[in-house]
Amino acid sequence: MATGAIRNMTGGEQFGALALALFGIFCLIIAGLTESGPYAFHMVVFALASTWAFRALIVRRYHGQGPEPDFIDGKPNYNFGPVKFSTVAAMFWGIAGFLVGLVIALQLAFPVLNLDMPWTNFGRLRPLHTSAVIFAFGGNVLLATSFYVVQRTCHARLAGDIAPWFVVLGYNLFIVIAGTGYLLGITQGKEYAEPEWYADLFLTVVWVVYLLVFLATIWKRKEPHIYVANWFYLGFIVTIAVLHLGNNATIPVSITSPKSYIVWSGVQDAMFQWWYGHNAVGFFLTAGFLAIMYYFIPKRAERPVYSYRLSIIHFWALIFLYIWAGPHHLHYTALPDWAQTLGMTFSIMLWMPSWGGMINGLMTLSGAWDKLRTDPVLRMMVVSVAFYGMSTFEGPLMSIKAVNSLSHYTDWTIGHVHSGALGWVGYVSFGAIYCLVPWLWKKERLYSNRLVEWHFWISTIGIVLYISAMWVSGIMQGLMWRAYTSLGYLEYSFIETVAAMHPYYVIRALGGGLFLAGALIMVFNLIMTVRAAPDVKATQPAPAPGLQPAE
Amino acid sequence: MASHDHNHDIDAVSGTATTGHVWDDIRELNTPLPRWWLWTFYLTILWSIGYWIVYPAWPLIANHTRGVFGYSSRAEVAVELQQLESVRDRQAAALRTASVDDIRNDPTLLRMATARGRAAFGDNCAGCHNQGGSGVGVFPNLTDDEWIWGGKLADIQTTIRHGIRWEQDANSRAGQMLAFGRTGVLKPAEIETVVEYVRSIAKLDVANGADLAAGTKLYADNCASCHGEKAKGNPELGAPDLTDAIWLYGSSRAAMVESIANGRAGVMPAWGSRLDEVTIKSLTVYVHSLGGGQK
Repeated sequence: MATGAIRNMTGGEQFGALALALFGIFCLIIAGLTESGPYAFHMVVFALASTWAFRALIVRRYHGQGPEPDFIDGKPNYNFGPVKFSTVAAMFWGIAGFLVGLVIALQLAFPVLNLDMPWTNFGRLRPLHTSAVIFAFGGNVLLATSFYVVQRTCHARLAGDIAPWFVVLGYNLFIVIAGTGYLLGITQGKEYAEPEWYADLFLTVVWVVYLLVFLATIWKRKEPHIYVANWFYLGFIVTIAVLHLGNNATIPVSITSPKSYIVWSGVQDAMFQWWYGHNAVGFFLTAGFLAIMYYFIPKRAERPVYSYRLSIIHFWALIFLYIWAGPHHLHYTALPDWAQTLGMTFSIMLWMPSWGGMINGLMTLSGAWDKLRTDPVLRMMVVSVAFYGMSTFEGPLMSIKAVNSLSHYTDWTIGHVHSGALGWVGYVSFGAIYCLVPWLWKKERLYSNRLVEWHFWISTIGIVLYISAMWVSGIMQGLMWRAYTSLGYLEYSFIETVAAMHPYYVIRALGGGLFLAGALIMVFNLIMTVRAAPDVKATQPAPAPGLQPAE
Repeated sequence: MASHDHNHDIDAVSGTATTGHVWDDIRELNTPLPRWWLWTFYLTILWSIGYWIVYPAWPLIANHTRGVFGYSSRAEVAVELQQLESVRDRQAAALRTASVDDIRNDPTLLRMATARGRAAFGDNCAGCHNQGGSGVGVFPNLTDDEWIWGGKLADIQTTIRHGIRWEQDANSRAGQMLAFGRTGVLKPAEIETVVEYVRSIAKLDVANGADLAAGTKLYADNCASCHGEKAKGNPELGAPDLTDAIWLYGSSRAAMVESIANGRAGVMPAWGSRLDEVTIKSLTVYVHSLGGGQK
């Protein structure tokens, strides 16, 4: 039977199975050779994952399953399995990431919570939080929505048979390797690019396959034009690949060591790091999530996108200008003045291209504003666009050198990041997932709109507490640092500024706790939607209500 | 399937034409760019061009554009540091020649030294001795009147300059609590006996049936040479007063047994090689003023 199953396999399946087998054996050999316990653990995880995937490929054939047709009865046979997986993964990692965020917020307010153990130390948990929310939560939201949106707007089944599954499973395996690595002390010490060389290489393979699946789906589209959301997704996927390769150009000490050294040095390394760091914000957290906005807001509001022309202009302006803005993270450092100037001026010029997305998001509501009263999901997405507008005004403001000399290294930056992260990225993701779950599981509606209302209000209060606490503490911190006495000495020692921030740290933790509570309500609502909400009736042609073509 | 027509339907709500494209029932209006948006965008570009002309901006082959007045952030910070130094130097000149006693007795000098000492304390000392010198854990409180190595200005200055048991400084404060238990000088039972005696003179609770007479003899033979017959301590040797209620390592029996059995030898760095003399004088006067500095 098994040989028959293998004989029936496609070339792709046979290649995949062989590659998995070889990779698994290779990882086991490395695990045996290395002297690093955590590295050996990671190699065993890779080997186990390969074995599982190898078995899954054979079992699929054993049960007589194989590639599915692109169309059934003239309708696209959409591939929603990987979308469902990533949607669930997004919520799982989201809760984990918000929880770790709450823990480290409490650690800052009450240092005893570091527990005096290396694994629970702030230094290891902080990258766990940032990676969990940005790459695990945000990344899975982007995978789920991009694979959903590209199919629906191209009117075509996702390209590839096992490739989409390889992308979502491989990406989540990368998350596990990265996260456990932080806890065990494996890091290359580059902010938002902490995973070591072997995890980076694995992610590179996954990401290239992601790009190919996305491009091939667009290639076989049945629509004459490419929808704006897909431009943004493509911009995000391509640029993240370039950034990832540039900032992770490292040379491993040896193949049996998790440690590597970056090829860039000194200020060039700093420049690369923040070129990467800022564009992770620009292309992961902005371009990718604008793509989500461009599909889910018009869909949910049942209104046309406000301006096609604005979408073209702001897309290209955003793509062109964002990539220059990184040096504003290095004002008043060893970075040459000319690079600081460019970083700052390009950030200023980025203001309107960023706001183009906000205008298009908000104005798409014209003619449907009344829905904000009755539809908390739409309200969540619209509020997210408002937060987007606020953060993309605050960002250029903070990039101005005079402002930056006050704001840099203070909690103001943390507040700024979280108004974008909680308000913009968080809310537009929640909105999209609230839409996706009933669509994917073929439910008429969510289990409870009332619970969405609770989620919305609890987390909004949380966000406001968080960012206002950080604004106050950040500006206070900056002013305390630069305060001089008339005799020419610093007014405050560093430890006095730390002590002064304690109450704001407590308020911030409270805000984060409310945000987490809202997300837990969401998880409950989504689980109940899948389990208890009424199914879409078979007679209904499309799961999502849409705008009918004008006669 | 997509109804791809080029009729450019008019959207009934806005009265604006659509582009005619439809994706998954989503359409697009062909609304022109908002004018305020476009003009603000142009304005930011113009402002940037102006900024590039004034400040260093674009890299050239071997150099970069310098801007109209040759701005450099490095030169700017040098000027600011220079200004700060000149403000501080006006006081430093007077502080440099004055002794710590002169400073203590001159209100103007004292005010300058306290300002400098307070800033230096926050950056260098507060990490161990806590904000305001209140001490934490095994790092002594500087605001009380117990001075292990002496509380006169000259004593404090020596301690700051040379540190305590700081190996790199030959003149560092030496002398330590010996490990009477580990070295076999006292047996465990004897240590317990002498602990009860010390507790009795320190007005701590004493165990029932403690042999205070034996304890007195053990104390006189082993401890009195440093801590004194009346246990009032000796700052020359860094031997603390055992009769006050201040216990750096705790006053529990276990802590006292540990002190006698294994000794204590806390360390403070010598700051003479890290801070300039004016700052050390200022710190001396500042620390002296915190609590019970001795005359």
